[in-house]
Amino acid sequence: MRNIFIDELISATKKNKNIILLVNDLGFGVVEEFCRKFPNNYFNVGISEQSMIGYAAGLAAAGKHVFVYSIANFSTFRCAEQIRNDIDYHNLPVTVVSVGAGVGYGNLGYTHHALQDYALMRSFPNMLIVSPGDIMELRSCIRYLIKNPQPSYLRLDKSSKYKIHSKIPKVSPGKWIKVFKNNNKDKKVTYLTTGAIINHVEKKFFKKNKYSLYSVPIWGMKSKKKQNSLIKKYKKIIVVEDHFQDGGFQSWLNESTNNKNCKTNIVSKSISSSVVNKVGSQDYLMRLLK
Amino acid sequence: MLIKKNYKNLSRHIRKQILKISNSAKSSHVGSSLSIVDILVVLYKRFLKKNIFILSKGHACLAYYCLLEQFSYITNKVLKSYGKNNTILLSHVSHKVPGVEFSTGSLGHGLPFAVGRALAEKINKKNRKIYVLMSDGELNEGTTWESLLFATFHKLDNLTIIIDYNKIQSLDFTKNVLQLEPLNKKFISFGCNVRIINGHNYFQIHKSLSFKSKNRPYVIIANTIKGKGVKFMENSILWHYKSPSNQELADAIKELR
Repeated sequence: MRNIFIDELISATKKNKNIILLVNDLGFGVVEEFCRKFPNNYFNVGISEQSMIGYAAGLAAAGKHVFVYSIANFSTFRCAEQIRNDIDYHNLPVTVVSVGAGVGYGNLGYTHHALQDYALMRSFPNMLIVSPGDIMELRSCIRYLIKNPQPSYLRLDKSSKYKIHSKIPKVSPGKWIKVFKNNNKDKKVTYLTTGAIINHVEKKFFKKNKYSLYSVPIWGMKSKKKQNSLIKKYKKIIVVEDHFQDGGFQSWLNESTNNKNCKTNIVSKSISSSVVNKVGSQDYLMRLLK
Repeated sequence: MLIKKNYKNLSRHIRKQILKISNSAKSSHVGSSLSIVDILVVLYKRFLKKNIFILSKGHACLAYYCLLEQFSYITNKVLKSYGKNNTILLSHVSHKVPGVEFSTGSLGHGLPFAVGRALAEKINKKNRKIYVLMSDGELNEGTTWESLLFATFHKLDNLTIIIDYNKIQSLDFTKNVLQLEPLNKKFISFGCNVRIINGHNYFQIHKSLSFKSKNRPYVIIANTIKGKGVKFMENSILWHYKSPSNQELADAIKELR
């Protein structure tokens, strides 16, 4: 996903010289080509995430669309107040890009795992959460962001090259993208995911091809209103995410309903907090998704 | 001399406004606001026609709002709504107010933003200057020093950082909290051009702001007095928090005449 991101960013920057990429001394093997092609649009700001977001806000206030690239917790929690005040409050076109969604950094451990990032980023009123499921959704999402610069959080899996869509799907905030639609009697039950977890869902839950599956690559506080009409089509929605349940995607969907009238059972499959004390590969740690 | 007199009259008027509005809104940070009046007046009168200003010590916004009223960015009616319900003038500087570039209030945000703004000017090959006014207590923030590393490395000579060095921070004198001295040596060692001035002397403020820095960011350490202009408020931690009572307001206005 990282390389597809850079590939799309290079294509976009060829046409739009207002795109700027900031990195905090991370991105080995990923950002070099962008730097080589656009040395005036690329800055390694050093290991200083809080200031990096401030620089991004300053650049964005002068008309730039800034992409800030780092490992998930460094570009979110480390500089949370800068994102809150400098970007979201001022409604500036800065896209915070994080790599290593969920437990993507496996045995690098808890400091490198993104398990609460949705909770933080979706609490900002102007922030668009952009969490593409596969490389086709990713291409579509980046093109959407380039056309619609705004405060946004692009969450990338570390190394997934997974492709589930045959064509590049059309994306928009709050839209459910069809992945599998089932025609059997369980039409009233669907799986719903956001981000690269869709690969895991397909492998673990879809062997029998029993239910439908939708992906929601773009969402956030502003697109809650659209969810009610989609939710009420189903008796049961099984929401899967590589994040804690608390403050995550399922919580967002739950909050989007009018609780009194909602008859849909919104079930959560998320990563258990016991992951904090576990060590292992991404695949090993994903066993804690229950 | 005429210019100096103009500065003095305007500063006195703004100081009176700060005191009156603080009294009516029962707001704090009077000392911080009085501290920066002379710097703001010179900056706005002479240096900000095309350039950009960021108030990083957002809690001193009352001085800034009073100035913006004088330069017709906001009306007197709006100014008087300061701190009241449903006003646009919250008690930390806000970008929703006409003439304000950037909201601050949490310290350590103004300089990184100013650095990004200055970098954008360089990328766009424009020659506007970016002025950022910071407090001395704010220098405790790590972002100050991160930003200086970046600004000097990228030779952002279009960036002027003014330190309101009144030597008092929230709970104590700066020397009793983390001791900033030797402050000028710190900035020099980071690669900045540095001037030390009396932040209430219009000639020195004007002269220091006229300096054209080359290849380096520029830091003006302005020695100031917290609560400047009203003797019983000067150099007092209490006036970081207190708003003047009616009697204190009358006494202070009398002193400013």
